[in-house]
Amino acid sequence: MDTQSYLPVQPGVGMQENFLSLDDILLSHERLPIRTECAFPRLGYLEKATDAQDIPQGLYERKRRVLSVELPKVYREGWRTVFNADPNVVDLHKMGPYYYGLGSQMLHFDSPENPEIAQTLLQTFIGRFRRNMDSSQNAYNEDTSALVERLDCLEKFLFTSGQSGLNGFQSWEKGRASQLTASSLVLNYRKRKMADVPP
Amino acid sequence: MFCEKAIELIRELHRMSDGQLPAFNEDGLRQVLQEMEALYDQNQSDVNEAKAEGRSDLIASIKLRHCCLLRNQRCVTAYLYDRLLRIRALRWEYGSVLPANVRFHMCAEEVQWFSQYKKSLASFMRSLGGGEGLDITQDMKPPKSLYIEVRCLKDHGEFEIDDGTVILLKKNSQHFLPRWKCEQLIRQGVLEHVMS
Repeated sequence: MDTQSYLPVQPGVGMQENFLSLDDILLSHERLPIRTECAFPRLGYLEKATDAQDIPQGLYERKRRVLSVELPKVYREGWRTVFNADPNVVDLHKMGPYYYGLGSQMLHFDSPENPEIAQTLLQTFIGRFRRNMDSSQNAYNEDTSALVERLDCLEKFLFTSGQSGLNGFQSWEKGRASQLTASSLVLNYRKRKMADVPP
Repeated sequence: MFCEKAIELIRELHRMSDGQLPAFNEDGLRQVLQEMEALYDQNQSDVNEAKAEGRSDLIASIKLRHCCLLRNQRCVTAYLYDRLLRIRALRWEYGSVLPANVRFHMCAEEVQWFSQYKKSLASFMRSLGGGEGLDITQDMKPPKSLYIEVRCLKDHGEFEIDDGTVILLKKNSQHFLPRWKCEQLIRQGVLEHVMS
């Protein structure tokens, strides 16, 4: 298996977030519908309103008494029954690419539906896991875009790590494990340099 | 909405998920810092006003601006840190000398960081093996033989091996060389390991 030199900061596990993780920053940028409970002087565009506004979830984090958050529709009753019925059918990439991550962060907001949300997240993951693992371990040397396009980011990460394990095993079986190879990073840089050079 | 520029920096890095280093976005960084300065100034004046005139209704705006400042700080720190991780990977993949087009993407401080990292790594490697030194960037896969068959993928000029003989590396020429001399060149894609 190709040893990795670039080791980015991983997203946090469960309800934790990692401060420096790029994935966690992007997932907390997803917009949430909120209600402003009081006026915000000198911030003209955030007027006291009864209808929902959208702000990024990361900005909400520390402001409980001033705002109240509604759940995005993916985590509400309607969609929850869909997930409970058959999790494999749903296109999680379209439902917000960070479904599991954002759902875990939503649990911080102490909504009365928390136990159901947590249960749905878990059951969805369990329901989809079997098929994802199967496809990642058996799709060798083929175009996997059709398999990957409906997965959310956590599932994509698991899929790619499964694929790299599969490729490593297959190359070991063929006796190629001891063959020294060019580093993939170097090859990518060279490809990019070729693309940059004007024809 | 605030923090949009900061998120753009993060997205730029996230797009290159294989670990490549994009050009240093000096403009973007400067804009984020300017936004932070503006927010800070507004907050300072609001805080003074709230204290002086007892206007507690300003607190909510102050809190929101403070959140934005913290978020911008988080984005900028993560951006710079992730770039350092990518630069560190370059030392392990390319070796000590970086090609010009990659060095071009680093800012002055990052170049300095790279040379200091190289020095730390070198002094660490020298201290291993009872003072004799051990090159841990070699032998990434367990070696099976002392000498290996390699084919040259592009012209690389002359190459001297330990006993003094000079080999000319021309494209498509094949050689039987000691493994430890070739490993670096194979990683860089100059040579290709041929398994019979």
